Amino acid sequence: MNNVDSIDLVECDMPSMGALSQAPEVVLSMQGIDKRFAGVPALSNANLALKAGEVHAIIGQNGAGKSTLIKVLNGAHKLDEGEIHFLGEAVSYASPHHAQMAGISTIFQEVNLIAYRSVTENICLGHEPKRFGMVDWRKAHAHARETLARFGLELDVEQPLGSFNIAIQQLVAIARAVALDAKVVIMDEPTSSLDEKEKAVLFRVIKELKSSGVAILYVSHHLDELFQICDQITVMRDGKTVEQKPISAMSKLDMVAAMLGKDPAEIAKGGATNFAATGQVSDEVLFSVAHLKGAAGLKDVSFDLYKSEILGLAGLLGAGRSEVARAIFGLDHEMKSGKMHLSGQPVDFNHPSRAIAAGFGFCSEDRKEDGIIPQLSVRENLTLVLLPRIAKYGLIDEAKERQLVDEFIRHLGIKTASMEQPISQLSGGNQQKVLLARWLVTNPNILILDEPTRGIDVGAKGEIQALIRRLADDGLTVLMISSEFEELVEGADRVIVLQDGHSIQELANEQLTENAIMKAIAQ
Amino acid sequence: MNILTRVINLPGLKRKAHASRQAEGVLIALAVITLFASLRYDAFLSEYNIMTFLAYNSMFILIGLGMCFVIMTGGIDLSVGSVVALSSVVVAKVSEYGIEVALPVGILVGVTTGTINALVITRLKIVPFIATLAMMLGARGMALVISGNQSVDVSWESNFTQFGLGKMFDFIPWPVVTMLLAFAFCWLLLEKFAFGRHVLAIGGNEEASKLMGLEVNRTLFGVYVLSGALAGLSGVMLASGFGAGQPLEGLGWELSAIAAVVVGGTLLTGGLGSITSTLLGAILLGLIFNILNFENGLGTISFSAYWQSIIRGGFLLVVVVIQAKMMNRKKAH
Amino acid sequence: MNSHQGEMKGDKQMNTSVLEERSKVPATLSARALSQVKNNGALWAFFLLLLINILITPNFLQIQTLYVNLTQVATVAIVAIGMTLVIASGGIDLSVGALMALAGTIAPMIFLSDFAASWPALGLVLAIVVAIAVAGLAGLFNGYLISVYKIQPIIATLILFISGRGIAQVLTNGELQTFDNPSFEFIGTGRILGVPVQAIITIVLALSIAWVIKRSIYGRFLLAVGGNEKAAELAGVPAKKIKMLTYMICGLLAGIAGLISTAINSASDANQTGQLMELDAISAAIVGGVLLTGGKAPILGAVLGAAIIQLVGYTLLANGVHDAVAMVAKAVIIIVAVYLQQVKGAK
Repeated sequence: MNNVDSIDLVECDMPSMGALSQAPEVVLSMQGIDKRFAGVPALSNANLALKAGEVHAIIGQNGAGKSTLIKVLNGAHKLDEGEIHFLGEAVSYASPHHAQMAGISTIFQEVNLIAYRSVTENICLGHEPKRFGMVDWRKAHAHARETLARFGLELDVEQPLGSFNIAIQQLVAIARAVALDAKVVIMDEPTSSLDEKEKAVLFRVIKELKSSGVAILYVSHHLDELFQICDQITVMRDGKTVEQKPISAMSKLDMVAAMLGKDPAEIAKGGATNFAATGQVSDEVLFSVAHLKGAAGLKDVSFDLYKSEILGLAGLLGAGRSEVARAIFGLDHEMKSGKMHLSGQPVDFNHPSRAIAAGFGFCSEDRKEDGIIPQLSVRENLTLVLLPRIAKYGLIDEAKERQLVDEFIRHLGIKTASMEQPISQLSGGNQQKVLLARWLVTNPNILILDEPTRGIDVGAKGEIQALIRRLADDGLTVLMISSEFEELVEGADRVIVLQDGHSIQELANEQLTENAIMKAIAQ
Repeated sequence: MNILTRVINLPGLKRKAHASRQAEGVLIALAVITLFASLRYDAFLSEYNIMTFLAYNSMFILIGLGMCFVIMTGGIDLSVGSVVALSSVVVAKVSEYGIEVALPVGILVGVTTGTINALVITRLKIVPFIATLAMMLGARGMALVISGNQSVDVSWESNFTQFGLGKMFDFIPWPVVTMLLAFAFCWLLLEKFAFGRHVLAIGGNEEASKLMGLEVNRTLFGVYVLSGALAGLSGVMLASGFGAGQPLEGLGWELSAIAAVVVGGTLLTGGLGSITSTLLGAILLGLIFNILNFENGLGTISFSAYWQSIIRGGFLLVVVVIQAKMMNRKKAH
Repeated sequence: MNSHQGEMKGDKQMNTSVLEERSKVPATLSARALSQVKNNGALWAFFLLLLINILITPNFLQIQTLYVNLTQVATVAIVAIGMTLVIASGGIDLSVGALMALAGTIAPMIFLSDFAASWPALGLVLAIVVAIAVAGLAGLFNGYLISVYKIQPIIATLILFISGRGIAQVLTNGELQTFDNPSFEFIGTGRILGVPVQAIITIVLALSIAWVIKRSIYGRFLLAVGGNEKAAELAGVPAKKIKMLTYMICGLLAGIAGLISTAINSASDANQTGQLMELDAISAAIVGGVLLTGGKAPILGAVLGAAIIQLVGYTLLANGVHDAVAMVAKAVIIIVAVYLQQVKGAK
């Protein structure tokens, strides 16, 4: 019964590239959008106009309302006030699916496809070409191949999607949108897990979409990449769309200023971060890693870690940054080789508990996945590592526990109603502080911090960065991983640059600049 | 263009799907056991043994097929054993009207329990494990209430018992015919119809399936109703083949069905699975009992019937450990 | 969520509010206790059931009624405690009924042996210790499969669910072992100061395990592993050991329950002991408030849950309702309990 539609879908002519030469029209507009959650406004009077064949970026701080705006647009949320016009008609979608069928597709940050199923299925699910009520696999495969070929991709479409890397999966998601004849494609942080090469491929595909008249709404934290790909910028702050300009009319500084609601001149004077590298490094090697090899593309990494310094690890995603940290900390032990020395003694941990006993701490990159324990309270989360040390015969000294927790809540300024509040109810920045406290309370010698400020708003970010510096000044040795070069340049004493699983360069003192890191990575 | 080819040239691209590899394993195991048994026992490949074996195991295969669909969505149906009992009791009560009435009634019983399961799962959002656990108790209770705590005699006057005991063309027992039809139906449903693809998609990633616009609740509904219907059908076979509606039968059948599905290589987390290998898995587990019988018949060793559960458990152990090792090794690479 | 300026302001207020918080601690503690009672639907349900029974069930307020119920609820409650621990670790244990049968079968085999005939006291001690230990080892086996091979708990424990009872049946050839051993029967039928022994065992086990969960590292680690295993592992929690220990404790408790069940009947029946116990235990644990997502282990809740389910069955039976209807009632209770838990959790 569905075959008419699906055959249409397969055989309909794709708009030929660059066919749209007349003046671009507004395909989508949002006017006066209000959205409140439990009375708290998340969007107030937000406006947006999207033209055919343009890439339109939305930028803003965490909580500025970007994702709410997208969700209102694609039907995940219902708007309270305002109007959305798509192709000249007032619309309102009941779900992202309905929006998709109407021509507004969303490509989510984590590729939201089905890894076990084939590429074809991922492109065709929900609108399979059918014959006599049955799925016509030959046609489906052909259709999938055709769609991918538009981007110059040739894949074995019968393979499970999960056997391809994340960039390909993302392109398949875009192919799905194209197969559904999308007029508007929303991309939410599409480059967050791509390396440079993969990014280039994605950008090419975006340009191709653009030239065929698709409007792209592009949400990203990475301001630099916007200049490569975007035409228009809408800046959001406090649930409002505060500025909309062609990108040619804005500098990076303008963008930051608009996001923060400040005067560009003021920002240029002061730094965004308030801690600076001392440059002083003791000459005592506390810990060294030689020819470390391990899981997921960690091939050959060597470095020395001096006492009470902050050593940064830089590199693109997939360069092996987190893998280094995990290998040191006794995770993924089966696949590890290489030598590690702590204060001159050879060490090799096969479980985090061993590393902890030797004075290590490790704040991992993904707070939600392997950081917090959501059901437990702030207190229970904070003392998880410390527990064996405040216990006798396996029983916890509760008075001592409370006292320490209280101390650290005040010391780090953790905002929580009480120490008994479930950690899941805290803001991201405060959760991160609890996790930092989890390690600090054990008084470690070496603390490994993987993306300590990711996904945290600017205020809390500055606090955490200042805290890290203070700790290093007090004698803590820190190994800090960050994908923000700025954070490394300003926060670290030295930086080791990783590329493709190898440690390729060490940068210190005046050599340590964002440009130098980028140059090293680009080698 | 060369950037693109570099990106797609990835390790593991040609990796064979996990499920198909396991299906091969089950097939090999089945072949080896069959070969061994046919050499060792004269009567093993006799028509009588094969038909009796298949007829008896048809009941288990049916619920295994339903369970396979449920597990592919990432769910579980613990209620099927009780539903078999309930259906057998109900159809025994209507057996005097003949199989033409009893068969739809039995299936309807299963459809009803399946619908309740589906409603609890999709509307109340209660996890399948708990929802069907409750139905396991509920259906058993209903079976006991309806039967008054004892087995219900069927009518031998009507053609009801013909279904369980008779043969098509005097050759293939009707339960086997029914089972093969059900198998063909399930296979088509999974491989050739959008429904089957949606089942696998939902098991693979429910959130993504929703975003893709798949009717997740409707598909889940279909899966639990299917599982119930097959259990109801199995109950008709039970009552008709054994001449009584048995409120206490079917204890632990759901677990045997799960075992058959798992042995067949279907991932318990959903998203991957095969109807054919579920059939093979169920036959493999059934063969163990068959072989024990023969072994006892030879008189070389005397296994009590109780050994069968130990050996089944041991077999399941071996399969899941191998499966786990394969999965863990895959993750390591 | 709007701007960081708001949070900065909050920062200054924080220092004062933390101080206030400290002075409020005793008050909040008692308030919490009160609100726990208020929010504890299970407790309310229990009292409601008692009230209904007092009103409608003939001869309810008699010591005999209490004894009957205590005897019947003890084994379920003990197994439910173990099940609560396992569920809190993020798993499930289907093998408890089979392990009860196994322990219940092994003990009489030992104290009925020739060895025990010549050393009765030693024989009895050995019988109890060995039977419970075997159940504990079986639990450890479950835990090993789950933590080392990473097999889903439902499948891993399915293995012993199928074979555990088979082993017990093979050991006894499926026959009933009857015995006359007053010292052993004491744990099933004896009384201390008028209180049934198995009720005392249940209460002692419940209180001590609840205390261990609250006060010990094991308890905290268990909740951490159940709440977020990866995070716990990264924090140095020996997750594998904790899980193995948890399944072992569950096995031990099933063993104890198996012995009590055997002692009550003065006979061990490998076919019947602990039949369907996994369902009752899971139901009791859920009604008692354990979260299916792990991370919470209400031990006393499990006992309460077992009591509620027992009382529902008793109420129906004592009022002449077919006891099979009680199964349907149980089914409804499970769904309602989980549904309420979810509604509460969503708030």
